[in-house]
Amino acid sequence: MVRVDGKGNGSLVEIRDLDKKYYRGGEEIDVLRGLNLDVAKGEFVAFMGPSGSGKTTLLNLIGGLDSPSSGSVRIAGEEISALKSRKLAAWRARHIGFIFQMYNLIPVLTAYQNVQLPLLLTKLSKAERRKHVEGALELVGLSDRMHHYPRQLSGGQEQRAAIARAIVADPTILLCDEPTGDLDRASGDEILNIISRLSKEFEKTVFLVTHDPVAAKRASTILHLDKGTLLERTSDGPFVSQGEDAAR
Amino acid sequence: MKYLHLILVNLKRKKIRTALTAGSFLAALFLFGLLMTIKTALGSGVDVAGANRIVVRNRVSLIMPLPIAYQEQIRQIPHVEEATFATWFGGYYQEMKNFFPNYAIDPETYRRVYPEYRFPEADWKAFVADRQGCIISPPLVDRFKFKVGDRVPLEGTIWAGTWEFNVRAVYDVERREMMTSELWFQYPYLEERRPFFKGTVGWYVVKVDDPASAVTVAQKIDDRFANSPYETKTETEKAFAASFANQIGNIRLLILSIGSVVFFTLLLVTGNSMAIAVRERTGELAVMKTVGFTDISILSLVMAESLLIAAVGGGAGLVLAKLFTLAGDPTGGMLAYFYLRGEDFALGLVLALAAGAVAGFVPAMGAMRLKIVNALRRV
Repeated sequence: MVRVDGKGNGSLVEIRDLDKKYYRGGEEIDVLRGLNLDVAKGEFVAFMGPSGSGKTTLLNLIGGLDSPSSGSVRIAGEEISALKSRKLAAWRARHIGFIFQMYNLIPVLTAYQNVQLPLLLTKLSKAERRKHVEGALELVGLSDRMHHYPRQLSGGQEQRAAIARAIVADPTILLCDEPTGDLDRASGDEILNIISRLSKEFEKTVFLVTHDPVAAKRASTILHLDKGTLLERTSDGPFVSQGEDAAR
Repeated sequence: MKYLHLILVNLKRKKIRTALTAGSFLAALFLFGLLMTIKTALGSGVDVAGANRIVVRNRVSLIMPLPIAYQEQIRQIPHVEEATFATWFGGYYQEMKNFFPNYAIDPETYRRVYPEYRFPEADWKAFVADRQGCIISPPLVDRFKFKVGDRVPLEGTIWAGTWEFNVRAVYDVERREMMTSELWFQYPYLEERRPFFKGTVGWYVVKVDDPASAVTVAQKIDDRFANSPYETKTETEKAFAASFANQIGNIRLLILSIGSVVFFTLLLVTGNSMAIAVRERTGELAVMKTVGFTDISILSLVMAESLLIAAVGGGAGLVLAKLFTLAGDPTGGMLAYFYLRGEDFALGLVLALAAGAVAGFVPAMGAMRLKIVNALRRV
């Protein structure tokens, strides 16, 4: 279930009246305005929209990387916009997996060591960490390249390692910021297959930011961001604004 | 320990920069080790001064003499156990560059006041029995290969001419820092040959029965000789040794000045290196925060890198300094106690770590305060 009218109740993700403003050169820029969103567990939501429409900002707010100017972001019943830095970091480690467009692997660490990074924050033993890392790498089909450095991997392989890093701690939510934006179609499809599988088989709640309509079609729901508000497209119909949706 | 690998790989990513930064610690701490060794060598007399000994000298100047008759008068003062004296001779062996301290002493009383010096009894007796006898310290044996039985000529600088001495004993001491380059000979030999300052001595060393009474005794001695042609200034042996050492300059200030400049430079070099290292890794640090590393853990990781460079570089510098000093006094006897003490080694290590901590703190704070969103935008 995905709703943009602010009428949902008890969803995994509950966003209410979310505003985000930036100040640039003394000028106030409204990126998100009174945004509402409810997303149930296991949903695969794609955000589309022109550059600067606030897609990445929304993703960052859901992931606790940024704080709202007003409104609330509640995940699994927890108001994350009220969490202090230390608790927020721990919360992120437990609940969120990030996948970036540029992979953002640490170049001096092997694929194995990159994937292990989030587990260093846990109390798992070395053997337990190894088990989790090998499992994640196997899931993304990178078991045979686990001891390679990022520079020794192709773009698609790097992104698969980044996905393994995102899922190794078994997060509830996966936030994917244009994960195929830097890949060719074939590699991009492989990455999308993995993400779809994570949503369907492992019930991960996935948020995907993309400019690519083909990639967006993998999602169960496509939401369009325009001028700081969300529009929902049901099946292949037109996008409906929050207000219109509420009126219906 | 699970983060050690992270710290090490970050240090290894720019090997030359890490090596140069560690190298600056190495050079600075090597210099620190040598400076502390020189300071210790020059001040060794100060460190081993006895708490129950006070020194009486001429109030005008250390180079002005005191009458020998004062010895008995000082002995009469309550709480005085013994009073001995010495006179600076100022001779050199063959060439001026071979100078080492040498002075005339009153053997029997000197031994009672300085029981820490040890000799084979037979050698001591031979020294006492020979008016031209002398006692030398082990560094002179190393430096000039003197041995018991040798005849050693010294050229006088205060009392001109060649003065010959027979080596009768080599003293031994319990504590290495008491070891200095010196030669003692019998006062009667000096008194017999010198043409002027007869009946005088350079200074008295007074042993008191209780260190607590040292101040009172010193005051009584100075009162006793007040308004005489030879007024006295009595001070603790420590103060006396310090004023002796300071004749060549304020060593402590000199070392402090050099050390401060070196450490300040070290802070700039290391701080700059760490700042560059953090700036280069802005995106990576943001990713680490994204996956759950807290601000404090990021700060700790950067600080750990800086501290590790300081510990390895500084430790290596101190070890090198230690090895250098183990090779012995490079001046050939001017710095007889040329030894890097354990406490100075530890102090060096603490200073290196402090410099590493201070230098790493600002970049580490920068890394800690990094806003994930801003940093990821720069990647």
